[in-house]
Order: sequence, then C-alpha cells, then structure tokens
Amino acid sequence: MTTPIKSIMQGLSLAGLVVAAGQATAQEEPVELTLYYPVAVGGALTDVIDGLVDDFEADHPNIDVNAIYAGNYDDTRVRALSAIEAGDAPQLSVLFSIDLFELIEQDAIVPFDDVVETDEERAWLDSFYPGLMENGRLDGETYGIPFQRSTIVLYWNKDAFEAAGLDPEQPPQTWDEMAEMANTIRDAGDGDDQWGVMIPSTGYPYWMFQALAFQNGHRLMSDDGTEVYFDDPAAVEALEYWVSLTDEYQAMPDGTIEWGTLRQNFLEESTAMMWHSTGNLTAVREGADFDFGVSMLPAKEQPGSPTGGGNFYLFKDSTDEEKRAAMTFVRWMTAPERAAAWSMETGYMGVSEAAYETDALSDYVEDFPAAAVARDQLEHSTAELSTYQGGRVRRALDNAVQAALTGQMAPEEALQQAQQEAEAALRRYAR
Amino acid sequence: MTTAAHANHFVPRRRAGVPRLETLAAWLLALIWIFPLLYAVWAAIHPSEFVASFELLAPLTVTNFIEAWNDAPFARYYLNTFLMVSGIVIGQFIVCTLAGFAFARFPVPGRDILFMLVLIQLFVFPEVLIVENYRIASGLGLIDSIAGIGLPYIASAFGIFLLRQTFKTIPRELEDAARIEGCSWMGVLLKVYVPLAKPTYLAYGLVSISHHWNNFLWPLVVTNSVETRPLTVGLAIFSAPETGVNWATISAATLLSIAPLLIAFLLFQRQFVQSFLRAGIR
Amino acid sequence: MQALTSHRHMQLYGALLLLPAAVLLATFAYLPTISTLINSLFLPGIRGEPPVFVGLENYQVLIQDATFWKVARNNLFYALGTIPTSIALALAMALFVNARLPGRGFVRMAYFTPTVLPMIAAANIWMFFYAPQIGLFNHLLDVVGINGPNWLGDPSVALFSVIMMTIWKEAGFFMIFYLAALQSIPPDLKEAADLEGTGRWSFFWRVTFPLLMPTTLFVMINALINAVRVVDHLFILTKGGPNNATNLLLYYVYENAFSFFDRPYAATITVIILLVLAIVATVKFTVLDRRIHYQ
Repeated sequence: MTTPIKSIMQGLSLAGLVVAAGQATAQEEPVELTLYYPVAVGGALTDVIDGLVDDFEADHPNIDVNAIYAGNYDDTRVRALSAIEAGDAPQLSVLFSIDLFELIEQDAIVPFDDVVETDEERAWLDSFYPGLMENGRLDGETYGIPFQRSTIVLYWNKDAFEAAGLDPEQPPQTWDEMAEMANTIRDAGDGDDQWGVMIPSTGYPYWMFQALAFQNGHRLMSDDGTEVYFDDPAAVEALEYWVSLTDEYQAMPDGTIEWGTLRQNFLEESTAMMWHSTGNLTAVREGADFDFGVSMLPAKEQPGSPTGGGNFYLFKDSTDEEKRAAMTFVRWMTAPERAAAWSMETGYMGVSEAAYETDALSDYVEDFPAAAVARDQLEHSTAELSTYQGGRVRRALDNAVQAALTGQMAPEEALQQAQQEAEAALRRYAR
Repeated sequence: MTTAAHANHFVPRRRAGVPRLETLAAWLLALIWIFPLLYAVWAAIHPSEFVASFELLAPLTVTNFIEAWNDAPFARYYLNTFLMVSGIVIGQFIVCTLAGFAFARFPVPGRDILFMLVLIQLFVFPEVLIVENYRIASGLGLIDSIAGIGLPYIASAFGIFLLRQTFKTIPRELEDAARIEGCSWMGVLLKVYVPLAKPTYLAYGLVSISHHWNNFLWPLVVTNSVETRPLTVGLAIFSAPETGVNWATISAATLLSIAPLLIAFLLFQRQFVQSFLRAGIR
Repeated sequence: MQALTSHRHMQLYGALLLLPAAVLLATFAYLPTISTLINSLFLPGIRGEPPVFVGLENYQVLIQDATFWKVARNNLFYALGTIPTSIALALAMALFVNARLPGRGFVRMAYFTPTVLPMIAAANIWMFFYAPQIGLFNHLLDVVGINGPNWLGDPSVALFSVIMMTIWKEAGFFMIFYLAALQSIPPDLKEAADLEGTGRWSFFWRVTFPLLMPTTLFVMINALINAVRVVDHLFILTKGGPNNATNLLLYYVYENAFSFFDRPYAATITVIILLVLAIVATVKFTVLDRRIHYQ
C-alpha cells in the first residue's frame, strides 16, 4: 500500500516541480515595484520603456522596477485588475486616462494627494498641462499623472496635395474644407489607389467621434461620469458628417477603417489624410518617404480634440514605502527631460510646459514643428469620454459609429440606440 | 455518368490511375492551403516595404526576425510554453493513467456513472467555464502561474477515456502472471499496462502537446506577466493590430512562435497523423 | 471472507486511483459549472457593495439583449458556415490523397499543416490578406479589375471572412479521420463494383459515403464543439466587430467578464452555452453512440 501511494506522490511532485519552475520570484532588499503598461501606437515603445526603466534603476539603486507590457489599454486594465483580484497587485501602472471611474469603482487606486508630503511635491501635482489633468482628477483629488498622452491630429501627405492641385502647405481648417479637399484628391487620383481621408473606426471609434462632436460644440458626458448625451442633435450631425465623407464626398472607403493598419495605409499613400493619435508621429516620420505635415483637426463650431492616452496610477494595495517609491518613479518618468525624450521618441506630448522648455525638445520642435501640434491643440481640448461602466458605454458608442459608417443604421437611429444602451448600463449609478 | 461507367468497365485496371482533372484539383487545393504559410515566410524574409508591394526580386533579409526577437521576450515565451506543455503532459499522463487503470480494472462502486461524469468534461471544457475557473484559480493563488495555466487540463476526460480503452484491450492473463510473480498493483500498472500502452501515450502526448502549444484563451486570462505568458499570448500581445507593428516583423514573430511545432510536424509527419487518428477514432 | 476483503480492498484501491482525477475534475469542471448557475442569479455589486441576489433578472435582461441574440445568431451562422464546408472539403481532400496521386506526400502535408498552427498565428497571417486597401486579397482582385470588399470592416462580409479562415484551419484536421476510414474500406468492395461496372460517382454515393457515415457524424460533433469553443482568432481579426457582426458567444462571455466586469451576466451567457453543449452531448451519447461502432 505504501509503495503505490509513494510513487503517485512522487509522480505528482515531479509534475509539480516542473510546473513550479516557471514561477520563480525573489524577494530582495530594495523596494520592488511592478507596473503594467500598454502600447497603442506604432514603434518599438517597449524598448523605449525598458531603456527608461534601466536608467531609473541606475539612478535609484534601492528601487527595482518590473515594467510589464500587457497589450492595448483594455488588455492592460484587465491584467492590472486581475492581478489585484489574485492578491498580487502592482504598486502602480500606466492605464487609460479614462479608466479612472472604473478603478475607483473597483477600489483599486489611491490619489496622489495621499502620498505627497512636502509643498514642493504638492506643487508638482500642478506642474502639468491642465488639459491633461481633466481625466485624472475627481472631487478635487489627483488620481492620474499624465504620461503617454495625446490628442488626435491630422496627418496630411503634401505630395498628394500637390499632385491634386492643392496647396501642399495648407491643411483643411474646417469640416467643409476637409471634405472638399479629400474629394478633390480622390477625383484627381487615377482609379482606386488613393483615398482622400481616413478616420479610423476600429480600436477607439468613440474617441474619433468625440472629436467630431466636440468640434460641433457638444460634450458627450457629464463630469461625474454618470450620464451621457449621445443622441443630441449636435452629436447626430457630427456622425452624419463622418458618414458623408464616404456617402457624399466619396473621399473615404466603405466599411470600418482599421486603427492598427491605418498608419501603414498612410505610409503606403493609400490615403492622403488621416486622423490619428499624435503618439504615431515619430513612427510616421521614420516611415514616410514623402513630405507630410501635421495639423490640428478641422473645426466646425470650434476646433478641438479630446485628449487621450495613459496616466500613471498608484494602487491601493501596497505599503507606504512602496507608494513613496512608486511616486519617486512617476516623478522621475514625468520630469521635464524624460518627458521631452519620451515625446521625441514617440510623438506623444511632453506633459508639462517645462518639458517643452528643455533644450532638447525646444530644438526638436524648431526643427520639426509637427511635434508641437498636439500641445498647441491642448488649449482646444476636452476630457476624453469617461464614465462608470466605461467598457459598456464606450462599446455602445463604438457600435453606433460602426453601424452608421457601414450603412446598417442611420446616424440618428444608431446614436439613439447607443444612448439607450448606455443609460441601461448606467441606470444604477445615477446620483 | 453512364459513359464514365462504361469507360471504367472496359479498363478495369485504371483503378490505379486518377483522372487528370482530379490531380489538378488536388494540387490546386494543396497550393491554396499551403499558400498562407508560404506568404508569411515571404513577408518575413523581405524588408517591410515589400510586404504590400509584391516584387519577386525583392532583397532577402533576416532583420525582421532579429527585430521580432529583440522587441519581445520570445526566449522567455519559449521557456514558459515548454514548461507549461511538459508540465501538462506529465501531469495528464500520471492522473489519466491512474484513473484509466481504475476504470478499466477496478470494481469501483458506481463506476459507470462516474465514467459518464468524466465524459461530460469532453463537452464542458475549461474554456467554457472561463469566468468561474478564473475565480477558482484566483482563490487558489494560481493566477499568473504556469501551474494555473495547466491544472484545469490535467484531469483530461479524453486522456482517461483513451487509456481506459487501451487498458481494457490488454489480456488479463498478463496481469495475472505479474501478480503471481508478486507484483503490487502499481507494479502491474508500470510493468504490464504502461509499456503495452506506449502507442496510446505517444498518440495522446502528441495531440496534447499540439493542443496546449496552440492554446490561447485560458492562458490569456490567467497570465499577467512575461514570466508566465506562453507563446500564443505573447504573440497576440505583440502583434495586436493596435500597436501598428509592421507586418514583416509580425510575420517573423508568427513564424518564430510556430517554428518548433511546425518543424517537429514536418519531421515526424507520419507519427503526428497516426497520433491524431489513434486519438480521434475511438 | 478472504475474497470479500480482497474485493473491498480493490474497491478502495480503485477509488484512490481515481482520487486525483476526481479532485481536479471537481475543482475545474463540476464546481465551476454549479457556481456558474448560482452566479447567474446575482447582479454585480457596485461601489464596493456585495453582489445582489436578483433571481432570474439576468435571464430577462438576456432575452431583451439584442446583442445577445445577434451574437447567438452569428454563432449559428458560423457553425452552419464552417461545418458543412469543412466536412465536404475534408472528404474531398481525403479522397484525393487516398488515390494514387503524383506528389501525394506534399499534398497531404499541405492539407494538414494549418492544423498544427495556433489560431492566433493563423489569424495574424490572414489579417494581411484581409486588410482592405493594402492587403493581398484586394491586391489580387485589383489585378483582375475587381474592387475588393472591406473583408473585416464590412458587416455583411466580416463573418464570412472569419468563416473562411476557420475552414482553412479545420478542413485538414477532419481530413485525416476520413483518410483512416477510407483506408479501412475493404478493397474487394471496389473491385466488385468495378466488375459490375458501377461508375466511380455512384460507387462513392452508394458505397463509400454510407460507409463513412460514422466518421462524418464524429467529425460533425467535433466541428460543432469547435464552433463554440474556439474564438481565439477574433482577438486578432475583428474583436467581434464591426458592430458585433463577428461576435461569437464565448467571446461575448469574455467581453462581459473581463472588459465590462459583469461576471454574473457572463455567467448567464455561459449557462446558455452549457445548455447548447448539453444538447450536443445528449445527441452524441444517446443517438450517435448507438449507431457508431464505438469501442
């Protein structure tokens, strides 16, 4: 009787050994920080982050940082929250700036105000562009420190403009101009090779739509994240304009336009203009073998774009020492020189005025003015769509945008449906 | 149709020769079927600017592979996948052997009902129960561990079923002989049953390896970090369309992740096909 | 007396042998099934409160959830689109490879290779084919003067595109089961038919196909399960879009559980999937196993 059981146990522990070999971690003297971060635009950003982390660790030998790339923004939020649920919470993370409500809902984060100690540190909280703080503050507390932040900008191919007889230095200023120009380029092209404009409608369709709605003078949600206004006439008009780029102006292809491959489309010159995150700027610059420009988005009632991108958050489930170390890391990462370097490597914004005052970035901007467009656009920016039940609410809006663009529903009908779905999702949150 | 029948009637020996049309169709289908893979190879060994413009004489390069290798920790993903797959297969062999042995030879009370209960798992597999399994794995502290990826699959109904069938075909006389020689039950299992079931183990092992090497959804949910992610999850995260990584690099990364299994398959085609067959036809 | 102890002993021993499997199956199959049923009766707690028992409310919501019905319909079309075609192709492949054919080894390898790829890798490759302006398919169509569709971006085409890739991935797998079955058909049947002058076509329909029936049913069950179980490619190709045009049940479960943090609703949808699988299982165990030679 003993022998068989012994051999069973041996067998099991053998399997256990093999399995256990995969999960090695070591606890050392220095403070260990784990953070998750997303990448949503092109380029080898993981390399850049790894390089920054190495530099930080060289500066701070008593802090070990384990930065984990976890996919896109949604994936990263899922990973971070799942780690919390499993009792293995990270100390900080870069997550979507608009995850604020859900992170609070899950009781996952603490405001930076709880961790700062000195006046100098309190002043640091106010050192960023106010426009970038809109999504990171709630009830007077600062939960998100801006890091990989963007606005939507318009990239245009100057060669294509010239070929179509347009002024290559004159990007469209208004909706009408953009539609007309796109149409002209489309007509001037031979056959199906080049489209006038592409606005991506997968990945983050709600974001693009929010830009259009805001340009039409409309905000899509309440400040407390419990209400949305998707079916307002101004919103409907915005979606109608987007649809008309295809239907009326024949300047944009049918169906949805893939967020991920759009940059490739632009570089392959299959579109003369694209709307995309400024985070793509460096990748576009490195990939384009034609002359291109970057400008603010065109205006209807007003110019503008929602901000976007990722903020640093501090997680609740960590020691005070870890929180301090995490804040040290966040401060280091967002310090003007690093913010400047990060901006040049990627195209994301330098998050503070001081970043643009560094020699490196101010020289860079002088040489390559496109790098400052996103910042200049900040004064016309609005907070990104952020509500409770954000996943559901955004999905409802995404679906409406896609339904309208693919001709399944009229814009008004689609937005009404999205409004109903969002209200259903939010019904338990009304204050 | 009648003409065909007559033609056949007059040349009965033509049984061996296939009409040319069928050969053509077979080859055409084969080319279509292999084409995506060839295309991935093509995209991976040329500079990225040629991915969308198909020039035959484009220069060759290995930079895409180097880039992919450097951009994501593929070495670690290989190791994780290897540990996970071997852990699962070893665990399955042990647990399923014991259970299969019990079902084949021991008068366990309620054996048939128990066996039906096991067979239910053929339909209610871990992926479907992803929400609750996640909660359970979380409760057991298995999130973000390689054990967490593997454990739900260890008691495989499929493996238990296969081994039970195989053990049942082994003549009792062999077992009795071993018993007379004084073997314990465990000795009988290890000296008589297991050696005679080798082909089944090979078959089941290969099927299990290819299944878990390729498995995605559960590993995606249960892993959080580079230290545990298997290749499929690493590849999906690396090449998610959002990142706009260029296609040549994605192709290279894709080939890197499938290479070990693909090469093994090409080398041991016959064993693979036989294994799938043995495991599939019950 | 001795025999009785020995019998007892055997029973106990057998039970011990089953124990590891029983514990694991209970933990990862039976318990979660039961807790899925229970959890579908709750609403998630908001603002840090515990979940609320609401009886069948989730099921009411489900019945009124247009997206759920759309997803269920998608899954049905997906099954109808993938299963018969892959089975027909698998059969054709097996017949091709079973006949004497120049380069048979290569052809068989070509058919089978997609089977050993992960779905994720396959989706990565097909992503390039489907990209609307710059992808391979539309480049090729362009050459012959056709303006190709937006394969994954047009809701009327997207599900079809996903189906096409699935067929490519699955047909070779099913082929080998047909191949084995074909090889087990006694050659004298064919010889007798030749002597009688039976045409190849009618031989196939009157002899081969009926003999392959058990294989067809076996493959069909497998394909049906796969149609529910495998949603990996959606993560790469479409994420269920545009406007849920390619969303499938299990992916919808994933979204609800992990993107929307609504685990109870995910559990509710899981219950529906379990019901479907229970029907498949019942059909298999009661109807088919009686007809298929099993052991």
